[in-house]
Amino acid sequence: MKYVDEYRDPELIKATAREITALVEKSGRLFRIMEVCGGHTHSIYRFGLEQLLPPAIELIHGPGCPVCILPMERVDEGMAIAADKRVILTAYGDMMRVPGHQGSALQLKARGLDIRMVYSPLDALKLAQINPEREVVFFAIGFETTAPATALTVLKARELGLTNFTAFVNHVTVIPPMRAVLDDPKLQLDGFIGPGHVATVIGASSYEEIVRDYKKPVIVSGFEPLDIMQSILMLLRQLSAGEARLENQYSRVVPFAANPVASQVLAEVFELRDSFEWRGLGSIANSAVKLREAFSQYDAEVRFAHLLAAYHRQFELSSGPSTAAHEAPCGDVLKGLMKPKSCPFFGKECSPENPVGALMVSSEGACAAYYNYARDKQTVITNGN
Amino acid sequence: MCLAIPGKIESFVDAEERMAVADISGVKRQVSVDLLRREDETLKVGDWVLIHVGFAMSKISESQAKEQLEILTMLGEAQKAMEEIQDLEVC
Amino acid sequence: MVTEPFRDTRIELSHGSGGLASRRLLEGLIVPHLANSQFNAGALTDAAILPIESGHLAFTADSFVVQPLRFAGGSIGSLSVHGTVNDLAVSGARPLALLSTFILEAGLPAVVLEAELSAMAAACSAAGVNIVGGDTKVVEHGKADGMYVTTCGIGVLEANVKLSPARVQVGDKVLLSGPIGDHGITVLLARGELDIEAELASDSRSVWPMVQALLAVCAAEVRWMRDPTRGGVASSLNELAQDAKLCVTLREKDIPVRDCVRGACEVLGLDVLHVANEGQFLAVVAASAAEQALSAVRAVPGGEAAALIGEVESGPAGRLRVFTEHGSSRVVEMLVGEQLPRIC
Repeated sequence: MKYVDEYRDPELIKATAREITALVEKSGRLFRIMEVCGGHTHSIYRFGLEQLLPPAIELIHGPGCPVCILPMERVDEGMAIAADKRVILTAYGDMMRVPGHQGSALQLKARGLDIRMVYSPLDALKLAQINPEREVVFFAIGFETTAPATALTVLKARELGLTNFTAFVNHVTVIPPMRAVLDDPKLQLDGFIGPGHVATVIGASSYEEIVRDYKKPVIVSGFEPLDIMQSILMLLRQLSAGEARLENQYSRVVPFAANPVASQVLAEVFELRDSFEWRGLGSIANSAVKLREAFSQYDAEVRFAHLLAAYHRQFELSSGPSTAAHEAPCGDVLKGLMKPKSCPFFGKECSPENPVGALMVSSEGACAAYYNYARDKQTVITNGN
Repeated sequence: MCLAIPGKIESFVDAEERMAVADISGVKRQVSVDLLRREDETLKVGDWVLIHVGFAMSKISESQAKEQLEILTMLGEAQKAMEEIQDLEVC
Repeated sequence: MVTEPFRDTRIELSHGSGGLASRRLLEGLIVPHLANSQFNAGALTDAAILPIESGHLAFTADSFVVQPLRFAGGSIGSLSVHGTVNDLAVSGARPLALLSTFILEAGLPAVVLEAELSAMAAACSAAGVNIVGGDTKVVEHGKADGMYVTTCGIGVLEANVKLSPARVQVGDKVLLSGPIGDHGITVLLARGELDIEAELASDSRSVWPMVQALLAVCAAEVRWMRDPTRGGVASSLNELAQDAKLCVTLREKDIPVRDCVRGACEVLGLDVLHVANEGQFLAVVAASAAEQALSAVRAVPGGEAAALIGEVESGPAGRLRVFTEHGSSRVVEMLVGEQLPRIC
């Protein structure tokens, strides 16, 4: 596969690893690096990259997984909408297994709700066109990478004059949680591997404020093994030289400036929410978006306000368990204050089959990635040939 | 956070060239190229784009990709040269 | 026996009632398609009578529920024959005969059933096995997804075959018969939900010819076999690792995967090791016989892409580990729940 296989070249990966090791040995210090994005976490485990790094480098798996950080109430709200017989709820495959208080989308689908998996919001729109008698709701999740797709789909719904398509918007933004993590006084962090795909929308330049305000280097990074290894090397070089700059390792894909079309459609369709609840991190100001009032006819929160209100009344009556019930350690893992395997729930009550905490839900979550790919502490072994 | 994958634009679906068929290693899917419709660049059949949830997010720059790989290849070669020098010294 | 052709256009509840309509369906549609010398075709009896050879019998059953019913490279009918034939094959047994049971949804077009019967007949003839009996029930419309098929199979164990996880030893090699993921990806794409197309067909086929060739050259050295259907290679080998209390290690670069299957897995965020197969098998073979085993499987038409993909190590016990070309490894777990495409 072009633009994939080149970045999995074993010899180049090994050469980069050797360079990293040499640099770490020369510096004689520890490096604490956060990869913000769950996609990076996934790649690191899938390709066993941690095993190629010297122990003096600690990778901290950050809050960049839109599924993991979604509070249970939002899942419940989606399911409350899906309970309406007229509704076809559409969602990305990632959302299907995320547990709400009543069960996951997959479980509720098995119990008879019409919930369908889609690859793209455009597919949800198509369902609305071919099912004019039904209400098609798209359960929108994701950072700025995914938000333009939802925005363009809403615009297309308007263009087509569709009246039976709405979006349940849970889009979040990437900079506020990075700030939330950095604002924790307990946190010791040397620098960031910056999310690359989100930067195709917001531009590499968006991370400049992190570099400026916190004096931490950020390397905007691709997702193939060689991309991540090169980004770590670039970060170490800066740190060794006492620098804190923004660099773009992923320049084949990521421009410095924001994508103007995406910026324009995001601004047209969405506005910031005052605050949004992040599972594991708590409430963060200006960290999520909702549809503007001009698009309220495409807003599932408006169209199904009665269902959401009924859900909340019922939820409060039924003792309203705090979402923080068993989530306390998740925030610590998210901020790198605790390793997944140090959590008392890890691998016991909490596993990918029965996730208790947010980070076990998606295969991108730090705990699930750790559980799936690296449960045995092991030394690097040659691959036998 | 976001799974995106390189694909090659194979054809345009509509007259306005807002939807295209992308080929990803023999797998084909219609993608929206709305985000890449800009005055300063035109998308052509044969271009490589990064695809996420059915949308082309970015045009992949061949020259930047080449440059990156060259840097890394040089790194490997420099290491090899160093090793050879060390080997000579040992002998 | 009446041999009046079945003229009803749709399956009705009465076709499963056991009365005249049932008999018309059986004699007019099912028997003509599946008839063979062992079918006791002259008189439809309550049981098939088979001659017994000496040795050991293998006996298995599998149910098939698949949507859509037809997809590139196969359909529920051919799948129901291959699935059971393959279960027998990887038990080291030569398939002898099948029983097939249908659960039909009222309203199913008769042509759909007929197409599946004909697919079953073709699969049987290619696999060298006969359907010797079965049963048909009809449920109300809306109570089933078109049709479900259950097949039971009986086979005779080949000489010198002794398969068990307990026989697997450190140093044994893992053989895979061909490229993986074709079936699972084909069916996923055929459902149409993802609107993704690929030039790809299910690998649904009988693996018996390959297994037979393997056993012919080194029956005593084959320790374990499995067809990696749902849950994929990862689930089969995890089960082996747990049952044998050993570690199975694979070399990623040696695992055959077609380009478009890889592409689809990258697009959808799937691990190909979790994707279902319906025409492949895994075998653990003593190291001394591994090359011979590989040549034997490769010599069978359809077995050309077979490969030795890994080996058995002592620990960590119960784990499947996959080594990358750059020298690191990851643990691959069994598939949890249904395999879902992801966007993040």
